[in-house]
Amino acid sequence: MQASGVIFYFFSFIVVFSATLVVVSRNPVHSVLWLILTFFGASGLFILLGAEFLALMLMIVYVGAVAVLFMFVVMMLNINFRDLKSGFTRYLPVGLLIGLVLFVELSLIFGDWIPINFMNGSIQKAVDLELENTKQLGRVLYTDYILYFQLAGIILLIAMIGAIVLTHQRKRAVKRQDVLTQMYRDPERSIELKDIKPGQGL
Amino acid sequence: MDFSTGIGLILLIVGQCLLITVSVLLCLAFLMYADRKIWAAVQMRKGPNVVGVFGLLQSFADFLKYVFKEIVIPAGADKVVFILAPLITFVLSLVAWSVIPFNSGWVLTDLNVGILFIFAVAGLEVYGVIMGGWASNSKYPFLGSLRSAAQMISYEVSIGFILVGILISTGSLNLTKIVMAQDGSYGLFSWYWLPHFPMVILFFISALAETNRPPFDLPEAEAELVAGFQVEYSSTPFLLFMIGELMTVVLMCTLTAILFFGGWLSPVPFLPDGVFWLVLKVLFFFFLFAMVKAIVPRFRYDQLMRLGWKVFLPLSLGWVVVVATLAQFDFPGYARWAIEGV
Repeated sequence: MQASGVIFYFFSFIVVFSATLVVVSRNPVHSVLWLILTFFGASGLFILLGAEFLALMLMIVYVGAVAVLFMFVVMMLNINFRDLKSGFTRYLPVGLLIGLVLFVELSLIFGDWIPINFMNGSIQKAVDLELENTKQLGRVLYTDYILYFQLAGIILLIAMIGAIVLTHQRKRAVKRQDVLTQMYRDPERSIELKDIKPGQGL
Repeated sequence: MDFSTGIGLILLIVGQCLLITVSVLLCLAFLMYADRKIWAAVQMRKGPNVVGVFGLLQSFADFLKYVFKEIVIPAGADKVVFILAPLITFVLSLVAWSVIPFNSGWVLTDLNVGILFIFAVAGLEVYGVIMGGWASNSKYPFLGSLRSAAQMISYEVSIGFILVGILISTGSLNLTKIVMAQDGSYGLFSWYWLPHFPMVILFFISALAETNRPPFDLPEAEAELVAGFQVEYSSTPFLLFMIGELMTVVLMCTLTAILFFGGWLSPVPFLPDGVFWLVLKVLFFFFLFAMVKAIVPRFRYDQLMRLGWKVFLPLSLGWVVVVATLAQFDFPGYARWAIEGV
């Protein structure tokens, strides 16, 4: 077996093993940690494919940001995970069905699936082995797919604004600090020196 | 022996890794000593002066002290995660050095996406903090770790945008190319600090916050949180946390030198380039880090968050737009890729 083959099986084993443990492990924080290991394995596979930009983006976005938020939620919310897991056998058929559908789709792709020419062309357009793949991605995203790229950005922006609008509420009763007034305070106006004579109060 | 294939290549890589690890750790021992000496000098104390000549061996004495102490694991702690957390912090801060170019060609892995790699690794360091705080199974470390994690994530965002500005100017994610793009005929005036001037200051302050250094050392604010996420740690795990943190500090100094101050390039055209310039620059920035620690009072948590999200983020985001515009219209100094053809 070639070295790349060994590495491929190593990373795939990590992905499958840790993905199983995400579901199986009892402690939700451990689940998130296994999920992070899954992301690691996946980005290893990306690097093996020569897609180093995607691999590192996976690390930065999913491991560095998304999984941290998962971790925060899981650690801080007092969810009773025994209750959540109680419906395991009830939902098992649905999960199995989704898994089956995915499996069939994948085997169709590897079986006798022939993509139509249009798709074929647009996939191949991205591949130019002369360039590093950051540049390839940039060229494709900012030329052919600029509209979709920008639309995706706008959708994310709307989601962000929506989240802020839904959660941000100004309470009248709460005293708020005005940073500028704090910064422009000076000793002359905020400190007063009093000369206290011995034996007398203020 | 053939060092280009098979076992020889593996041996070569292992040797290079060892060389980098050992030299970084050795430098760290003396930098830790320097840090304490500078701090002491500002406060008109003597600082460590007992072990070795001028106390030079203080760090090694500390190392032995930490290693020979007992590792105490709290009864309710999650043992595996508890031990894993300092290891993660240490390993990640060491791994980032693998893509740092020390001189032209002196780099362990000349990664196409080197700067992204460092950014990713720096982003992962948050896990050491969160896991350490959570696994201790106690309220103080937990609160400390939450504060620390929020702080690290916040400042990572503005660091990311500052990096984007540099990348636009260079047209590459490769650290060696970033340094090469700063190689011009004007010596230190062709480095990126001049065209990207406001971002140098922002990057420096963000680096302070990202590495939990004073004045942003809220995670371990002694007065309020005892020692933040490290409360329950003792002995070698604590040492690993400490080394990891300091190694990230030195890494940030090196990054500042590479991104804005031309890495190994000489500041004046008539002197030769070389690794000693990088070392000098790193030492200078480390000195600044130490001085800030000694001089500036600690921020309040809400001030820290406000600075990160309401000042640094808009400024750095705006700067990306400015740099992109200037580079597009070929303003001198901003579009290096157009001139150098890198």
